[in-house]
Amino acid sequence: MAKIIVVTSGKGGVGKTTSSAAIGTGIAMRGFKTVIIDFDIGLRNLDLIMGCERRVVYDFVNVINGEANLKQAMIKDKRIDTLFILPASQTRDKDALSKEGVERILNELAEEFDYIICDSPAGIESGAMMALYFADEAIVVTNPEVSSVRDSDRILGMLSSKSRRAEQGLPGIKEHLLLTRYNPERVVKGEMLSVEDVGEILAIKLLGVIPESQAVLNASNSGTPVILDEESDAGQAYLDTVARLLGEDVPFRFLNVEKKGLLKRIFGG
Amino acid sequence: MSLLDYFRSTKKNTASTAKERLQIIVAHERNRRNSPDYLPQLERDILAVIRKYVDIADDQVSVSLEKSSDELSVLELNVTFPDDKK
Ligand SMILES: Nc1ncnc2c1ncn2[C@@H]1O[C@H](COP(=O)(O)OP(=O)(O)O)[C@@H](O)[C@H]1O
Ligand SMILES: [Mg+2]
Repeated sequence: MAKIIVVTSGKGGVGKTTSSAAIGTGIAMRGFKTVIIDFDIGLRNLDLIMGCERRVVYDFVNVINGEANLKQAMIKDKRIDTLFILPASQTRDKDALSKEGVERILNELAEEFDYIICDSPAGIESGAMMALYFADEAIVVTNPEVSSVRDSDRILGMLSSKSRRAEQGLPGIKEHLLLTRYNPERVVKGEMLSVEDVGEILAIKLLGVIPESQAVLNASNSGTPVILDEESDAGQAYLDTVARLLGEDVPFRFLNVEKKGLLKRIFGG
Repeated sequence: MSLLDYFRSTKKNTASTAKERLQIIVAHERNRRNSPDYLPQLERDILAVIRKYVDIADDQVSVSLEKSSDELSVLELNVTFPDDKK
Protein backbone atom coordinates (compact mmCIF):
# COMPACT_ATOMS: atom_id res chain seq x y z
CA MET A 1 0.00 0.00 0.00
CA ALA A 2 1.37 3.36 -1.02
CA LYS A 3 2.02 6.19 1.38
CA ILE A 4 0.53 9.49 0.24
CA ILE A 5 2.54 12.52 1.34
CA VAL A 6 1.39 16.09 0.68
CA VAL A 7 3.91 18.92 0.55
CA THR A 8 1.92 21.97 1.58
CA SER A 9 2.23 25.44 3.14
CA GLY A 10 -0.61 27.86 2.59
CA LYS A 11 1.77 30.59 1.49
CA GLY A 12 3.28 30.62 -2.00
CA GLY A 13 6.95 30.74 -2.88
CA VAL A 14 8.20 29.07 0.30
CA GLY A 15 9.76 26.04 -1.39
CA LYS A 16 7.02 23.42 -1.84
CA THR A 17 7.95 22.51 -5.41
CA THR A 18 11.68 22.59 -4.65
CA SER A 19 11.04 20.31 -1.67
CA SER A 20 8.64 17.97 -3.49
CA ALA A 21 11.21 17.47 -6.23
CA ALA A 22 14.09 16.95 -3.79
CA ILE A 23 12.26 14.68 -1.36
CA GLY A 24 10.54 12.63 -4.08
CA THR A 25 13.87 12.13 -5.78
CA GLY A 26 15.55 11.25 -2.49
CA ILE A 27 12.96 8.60 -1.66
CA ALA A 28 13.24 7.12 -5.15
CA MET A 29 17.06 7.03 -4.77
CA ARG A 30 16.48 4.67 -1.85
CA GLY A 31 14.82 2.25 -4.25
CA PHE A 32 11.17 3.03 -3.48
CA LYS A 33 8.90 3.39 -6.44
CA THR A 34 7.85 7.02 -6.25
CA VAL A 35 5.61 9.37 -8.19
CA ILE A 36 5.48 13.13 -7.68
CA ILE A 37 2.19 14.73 -8.69
CA ASP A 38 1.96 18.42 -9.54
CA PHE A 39 -1.37 19.65 -8.11
CA ASP A 40 -0.73 23.26 -9.12
CA ILE A 41 -3.32 23.37 -11.89
CA GLY A 42 -2.69 26.25 -14.29
CA LEU A 43 0.80 26.89 -12.90
CA ARG A 44 2.72 23.76 -13.86
CA ASN A 45 6.31 24.03 -12.60
CA LEU A 46 7.40 20.72 -11.16
CA ASP A 47 8.31 19.63 -14.72
CA LEU A 48 10.84 22.49 -14.99
CA ILE A 49 12.38 21.80 -11.60
CA MET A 50 12.68 18.11 -12.50
CA GLY A 51 14.03 18.95 -15.97
CA CYS A 52 11.35 17.08 -17.92
CA GLU A 53 9.35 20.02 -19.31
CA ARG A 54 9.95 19.01 -22.92
CA ARG A 55 8.57 15.53 -22.33
CA VAL A 56 5.09 16.50 -21.14
CA VAL A 57 2.45 15.03 -23.46
CA TYR A 58 -0.56 14.45 -21.25
CA ASP A 59 -1.29 15.75 -17.77
CA PHE A 60 -3.15 14.99 -14.54
CA VAL A 61 -6.43 16.50 -15.78
CA ASN A 62 -6.27 14.53 -19.03
CA VAL A 63 -6.04 11.35 -16.95
CA ILE A 64 -8.94 12.35 -14.71
CA ASN A 65 -11.06 13.13 -17.76
CA GLY A 66 -10.18 9.82 -19.37
CA GLU A 67 -8.39 11.48 -22.30
CA ALA A 68 -5.21 9.58 -21.50
CA ASN A 69 -4.18 6.78 -19.15
CA LEU A 70 -1.60 7.03 -16.40
CA LYS A 71 1.05 5.21 -18.44
CA GLN A 72 0.75 7.85 -21.15
CA ALA A 73 0.80 10.81 -18.79
CA MET A 74 3.51 9.83 -16.31
CA ILE A 75 7.06 10.83 -17.18
CA LYS A 76 9.78 8.41 -16.15
CA ASP A 77 12.83 10.17 -14.74
CA LYS A 78 16.00 9.69 -16.82
CA ARG A 79 18.31 9.62 -13.80
CA ILE A 80 16.46 7.42 -11.34
CA ASP A 81 14.64 4.27 -12.43
CA THR A 82 12.05 4.25 -9.72
CA LEU A 83 10.97 7.88 -10.15
CA PHE A 84 7.97 9.22 -12.08
CA ILE A 85 6.35 12.63 -12.51
CA LEU A 86 2.71 13.39 -13.20
CA PRO A 87 2.56 16.94 -14.56
CA ALA A 88 -0.17 19.48 -13.79
CA SER A 89 -2.52 20.69 -16.45
CA GLN A 90 -2.14 24.23 -17.79
CA THR A 91 -5.90 24.68 -17.97
CA ARG A 92 -7.33 27.87 -16.53
CA ASP A 93 -10.22 25.94 -15.04
CA LYS A 94 -9.33 25.92 -11.34
CA ASP A 95 -11.98 23.31 -10.62
CA ALA A 96 -10.64 20.79 -13.10
CA LEU A 97 -9.87 18.41 -10.25
CA SER A 98 -12.78 16.58 -8.67
CA LYS A 99 -12.46 14.67 -5.43
CA GLU A 100 -13.75 11.51 -7.10
CA GLY A 101 -11.34 11.93 -10.01
CA VAL A 102 -8.34 12.50 -7.76
CA GLU A 103 -9.30 9.54 -5.58
CA ARG A 104 -9.60 7.24 -8.57
CA ILE A 105 -6.13 8.20 -9.86
CA LEU A 106 -4.54 7.92 -6.40
CA ASN A 107 -6.06 4.46 -5.94
CA GLU A 108 -4.68 3.37 -9.27
CA LEU A 109 -1.23 4.76 -8.44
CA ALA A 110 -1.31 3.15 -4.99
CA GLU A 111 -1.37 -0.30 -6.56
CA GLU A 112 1.95 0.29 -8.23
CA PHE A 113 3.86 2.83 -6.15
CA ASP A 114 5.39 2.90 -2.67
CA TYR A 115 5.25 6.68 -2.29
CA ILE A 116 2.97 9.28 -3.82
CA ILE A 117 4.18 12.85 -3.28
CA CYS A 118 1.60 15.59 -3.84
CA ASP A 119 3.05 19.03 -4.60
CA SER A 120 0.33 21.39 -3.40
CA PRO A 121 -0.51 24.78 -4.87
CA ALA A 122 -0.46 27.80 -2.55
CA GLY A 123 -3.61 29.02 -0.82
CA ILE A 124 -6.37 27.26 1.03
CA GLU A 125 -8.76 26.95 -1.91
CA SER A 126 -9.92 23.82 -3.67
CA GLY A 127 -6.57 23.02 -5.30
CA ALA A 128 -4.72 22.95 -1.99
CA MET A 129 -7.60 21.06 -0.37
CA MET A 130 -7.51 18.47 -3.12
CA ALA A 131 -3.76 17.95 -2.67
CA LEU A 132 -4.05 17.35 1.07
CA TYR A 133 -7.41 15.57 1.27
CA PHE A 134 -6.18 11.99 0.76
CA ALA A 135 -2.81 12.38 2.49
CA ASP A 136 -1.39 9.99 5.10
CA GLU A 137 1.43 12.36 5.97
CA ALA A 138 1.99 16.08 5.44
CA ILE A 139 5.21 18.01 5.07
CA VAL A 140 4.42 21.57 6.06
CA VAL A 141 6.96 23.80 4.34
CA THR A 142 7.58 26.99 6.31
CA ASN A 143 9.95 29.93 6.00
CA PRO A 144 11.15 31.62 9.21
CA GLU A 145 8.94 34.62 8.60
CA VAL A 146 5.63 35.77 10.16
CA SER A 147 3.17 35.31 7.30
CA SER A 148 4.55 31.90 6.36
CA VAL A 149 4.31 30.64 9.95
CA ARG A 150 0.76 31.90 10.32
CA ASP A 151 -0.31 30.32 7.03
CA SER A 152 1.30 27.04 8.05
CA ASP A 153 -0.79 27.04 11.18
CA ARG A 154 -3.93 27.52 9.11
CA ILE A 155 -2.92 24.58 6.94
CA LEU A 156 -2.42 22.51 10.10
CA GLY A 157 -6.00 23.37 10.97
CA MET A 158 -7.16 22.12 7.57
CA LEU A 159 -5.15 18.92 7.87
CA SER A 160 -6.84 18.10 11.13
CA SER A 161 -10.38 18.99 10.08
CA LYS A 162 -10.82 18.94 6.30
CA SER A 163 -8.94 15.80 5.28
CA ARG A 164 -10.29 12.35 4.49
CA ARG A 165 -8.72 10.98 7.65
CA ALA A 166 -10.44 13.65 9.74
CA GLU A 167 -13.81 13.23 8.04
CA GLN A 168 -13.76 9.46 8.36
CA GLY A 169 -12.54 9.50 11.95
CA LEU A 170 -9.30 7.68 11.04
CA PRO A 171 -5.99 8.33 12.81
CA GLY A 172 -4.87 11.85 11.88
CA ILE A 173 -2.42 12.85 9.18
CA LYS A 174 1.17 12.64 10.40
CA GLU A 175 2.49 16.20 10.33
CA HIS A 176 6.10 17.19 9.71
CA LEU A 177 7.67 20.63 9.80
CA LEU A 178 10.17 21.47 7.08
CA LEU A 179 11.82 24.82 7.67
CA THR A 180 13.32 26.16 4.45
CA ARG A 181 15.38 29.19 3.40
CA TYR A 182 16.94 29.23 6.86
CA ASN A 183 19.70 31.74 7.42
CA PRO A 184 21.61 31.10 10.67
CA GLU A 185 23.51 34.40 10.36
CA ARG A 186 20.31 36.38 10.46
CA VAL A 187 19.00 34.26 13.33
CA VAL A 188 22.11 35.05 15.37
CA LYS A 189 21.60 38.76 14.65
CA GLY A 190 18.05 38.52 15.93
CA GLU A 191 16.58 39.32 12.54
CA MET A 192 15.04 35.96 11.78
CA LEU A 193 12.88 33.52 13.74
CA SER A 194 14.93 30.54 14.90
CA VAL A 195 14.14 26.85 14.40
CA GLU A 196 13.16 26.73 18.09
CA ASP A 197 10.82 29.72 17.72
CA VAL A 198 8.96 28.23 14.76
CA GLY A 199 8.89 24.80 16.36
CA GLU A 200 7.43 26.24 19.54
CA ILE A 201 4.68 28.15 17.72
CA LEU A 202 3.60 25.39 15.33
CA ALA A 203 4.21 22.56 17.79
CA ILE A 204 4.77 19.78 15.27
CA LYS A 205 7.73 17.50 14.81
CA LEU A 206 10.69 18.98 12.96
CA LEU A 207 11.58 16.94 9.88
CA GLY A 208 14.30 19.11 8.41
CA VAL A 209 15.93 22.50 8.08
CA ILE A 210 17.05 23.59 4.63
CA PRO A 211 19.44 26.54 4.54
CA GLU A 212 18.97 29.46 2.19
CA SER A 213 21.28 28.35 -0.59
CA GLN A 214 22.63 29.40 -3.95
CA ALA A 215 22.56 25.71 -4.88
CA VAL A 216 18.75 25.80 -5.12
CA LEU A 217 18.78 28.39 -7.88
CA ASN A 218 21.57 26.57 -9.69
CA ALA A 219 19.63 23.33 -9.50
CA SER A 220 16.44 24.89 -10.82
CA ASN A 221 18.36 26.61 -13.63
CA SER A 222 19.54 23.25 -14.87
CA GLY A 223 16.42 21.22 -14.10
CA THR A 224 18.11 18.98 -11.55
CA PRO A 225 16.49 18.42 -8.16
CA VAL A 226 18.90 19.97 -5.65
CA ILE A 227 19.20 16.72 -3.70
CA LEU A 228 21.29 15.37 -6.57
CA ASP A 229 23.85 18.10 -5.86
CA GLU A 230 25.25 16.09 -3.01
CA GLU A 231 28.11 18.51 -2.43
CA SER A 232 25.79 21.38 -1.63
CA ASP A 233 24.45 22.36 1.79
CA ALA A 234 20.83 22.30 0.60
CA GLY A 235 21.37 18.94 -1.13
CA GLN A 236 22.76 17.43 2.06
CA ALA A 237 20.01 18.95 4.16
CA TYR A 238 17.42 17.32 1.89
CA LEU A 239 19.27 13.97 2.09
CA ASP A 240 19.04 14.20 5.89
CA THR A 241 15.37 15.12 5.62
CA VAL A 242 14.61 12.07 3.49
CA ALA A 243 16.48 9.83 5.92
CA ARG A 244 14.34 11.16 8.79
CA LEU A 245 11.19 10.73 6.76
CA LEU A 246 12.15 7.08 6.33
CA GLY A 247 12.53 6.75 10.09
CA GLU A 248 16.26 7.19 10.53
CA ASP A 249 17.65 9.23 13.38
CA VAL A 250 19.89 11.86 11.78
CA PRO A 251 21.35 14.88 13.62
CA PHE A 252 20.41 18.32 12.31
CA ARG A 253 23.02 20.27 10.36
CA PHE A 254 23.32 23.80 8.97
CA LEU A 255 21.66 25.31 12.04
CA ASN A 256 24.64 27.37 13.07
CA VAL A 257 26.82 29.94 11.43
CA GLU A 258 29.61 28.12 9.64
CA LYS A 259 33.00 28.76 11.17
CA LYS A 260 35.62 27.90 8.64
CA GLY A 261 38.42 27.63 11.24
CA LEU A 262 41.28 25.18 11.07
CA LEU A 263 40.20 23.31 14.21
CA LYS A 264 36.76 22.82 12.78
CA ARG A 265 38.18 21.44 9.55
CA ILE A 266 40.26 18.95 11.47
CA PHE A 267 37.76 17.89 14.09
CA GLY A 268 34.50 18.42 12.20
CA GLY A 269 31.69 20.65 13.37
CA MET B 1 23.40 53.07 26.49
CA SER B 2 25.48 54.11 23.51
CA LEU B 3 23.98 54.79 20.14
CA LEU B 4 25.51 51.60 18.81
CA ASP B 5 23.89 49.55 21.57
CA TYR B 6 20.61 51.20 20.79
CA PHE B 7 20.71 50.09 17.17
CA ARG B 8 21.89 46.63 18.20
CA SER B 9 19.09 46.18 20.66
CA THR B 10 16.34 47.37 18.31
CA LYS B 11 17.73 45.01 15.70
CA LYS B 12 17.81 42.12 18.14
CA ASN B 13 14.21 42.73 18.91
CA THR B 14 12.63 42.07 15.55
CA ALA B 15 12.77 38.27 15.73
CA SER B 16 11.45 38.20 19.29
CA THR B 17 8.74 40.70 18.39
CA ALA B 18 7.79 38.43 15.50
CA LYS B 19 7.64 35.46 17.83
CA GLU B 20 5.43 37.22 20.38
CA ARG B 21 3.04 38.51 17.73
CA LEU B 22 2.81 35.08 16.16
CA GLN B 23 2.14 33.35 19.45
CA ILE B 24 -0.78 35.66 20.11
CA ILE B 25 -2.37 35.57 16.68
CA VAL B 26 -1.88 31.84 16.23
CA ALA B 27 -3.47 31.10 19.62
CA HIS B 28 -6.36 33.40 18.73
CA GLU B 29 -6.91 31.78 15.35
CA ARG B 30 -6.69 28.27 16.74
CA ASN B 31 -9.32 29.20 19.24
CA ARG B 32 -11.51 30.55 16.45
CA ARG B 33 -11.10 27.39 14.39
CA ASN B 34 -12.36 25.25 17.22
CA SER B 35 -15.32 27.42 18.06
CA PRO B 36 -18.78 27.73 16.48
CA ASP B 37 -19.30 29.93 13.41
CA TYR B 38 -21.65 32.27 15.26
CA LEU B 39 -18.92 33.46 17.64
CA PRO B 40 -17.65 36.42 15.57
CA GLN B 41 -21.22 37.71 15.13
CA LEU B 42 -21.89 37.21 18.84
CA GLU B 43 -18.78 39.25 19.52
CA ARG B 44 -19.98 42.05 17.23
CA ASP B 45 -23.41 42.04 18.83
CA ILE B 46 -21.97 42.25 22.33
CA LEU B 47 -19.71 45.06 21.20
CA ALA B 48 -22.72 46.96 19.81
CA VAL B 49 -24.65 46.55 23.05
CA ILE B 50 -21.76 47.78 25.18
CA ARG B 51 -21.25 50.74 22.85
CA LYS B 52 -24.71 51.97 23.71
CA TYR B 53 -23.26 52.80 27.10
CA VAL B 54 -19.51 53.10 26.78
CA ASP B 55 -17.31 54.11 23.88
CA ILE B 56 -14.86 51.24 23.49
CA ALA B 57 -12.56 50.12 20.70
CA ASP B 58 -12.93 46.88 18.72
CA ASP B 59 -10.05 45.15 20.43
CA GLN B 60 -11.41 45.82 23.91
CA VAL B 61 -13.86 42.97 23.69
CA SER B 62 -12.88 39.38 23.29
CA VAL B 63 -15.13 36.39 23.36
CA SER B 64 -13.93 32.83 23.53
CA LEU B 65 -15.50 29.49 24.05
CA GLU B 66 -13.35 27.13 26.07
CA LYS B 67 -14.16 23.48 26.36
CA SER B 68 -13.60 22.64 29.99
CA SER B 69 -14.81 19.06 29.85
CA ASP B 70 -16.68 16.77 27.50
CA GLU B 71 -20.11 18.11 28.31
CA LEU B 72 -19.21 21.61 29.43
CA SER B 73 -18.04 24.66 27.49
CA VAL B 74 -17.49 28.04 29.08
CA LEU B 75 -18.16 31.26 27.20
CA GLU B 76 -15.59 33.76 28.32
CA LEU B 77 -16.30 37.43 27.75
CA ASN B 78 -13.54 39.91 28.33
CA VAL B 79 -14.24 43.61 28.17
CA THR B 80 -11.63 46.21 29.04
CA PHE B 81 -13.18 49.50 30.08
CA PRO B 82 -11.05 52.59 29.66
CA ASP B 83 -10.34 54.31 32.98
CA ASP B 84 -11.52 57.75 32.01
CA LYS B 85 -14.87 56.71 30.60
CA LYS B 86 -17.90 55.97 32.67
N1 LIG C 1 16.57 26.72 0.36
C1 LIG C 1 16.41 27.67 -0.59
N2 LIG C 1 17.40 28.59 -0.81
C2 LIG C 1 17.26 29.54 -1.75
N3 LIG C 1 16.19 29.67 -2.54
C3 LIG C 1 15.17 28.80 -2.38
C4 LIG C 1 15.22 27.77 -1.41
N4 LIG C 1 14.06 27.05 -1.49
C5 LIG C 1 13.33 27.62 -2.47
N5 LIG C 1 13.99 28.67 -3.02
C6 LIG C 1 13.52 29.55 -4.10
O1 LIG C 1 12.26 30.08 -3.74
C7 LIG C 1 11.42 30.21 -4.86
C8 LIG C 1 10.11 29.50 -4.62
O2 LIG C 1 10.33 28.10 -4.52
P1 LIG C 1 9.24 27.04 -4.93
O3 LIG C 1 9.77 25.71 -4.59
O4 LIG C 1 8.79 27.25 -6.34
O5 LIG C 1 8.08 27.46 -3.94
P2 LIG C 1 6.51 27.06 -3.93
O6 LIG C 1 6.36 25.79 -4.70
O7 LIG C 1 6.21 26.93 -2.48
O8 LIG C 1 5.79 28.21 -4.54
C9 LIG C 1 12.19 29.65 -6.04
O9 LIG C 1 12.77 30.71 -6.74
C10 LIG C 1 13.25 28.79 -5.39
O10 LIG C 1 14.42 28.71 -6.18
MG1 LIG D 1 5.02 25.29 -6.31
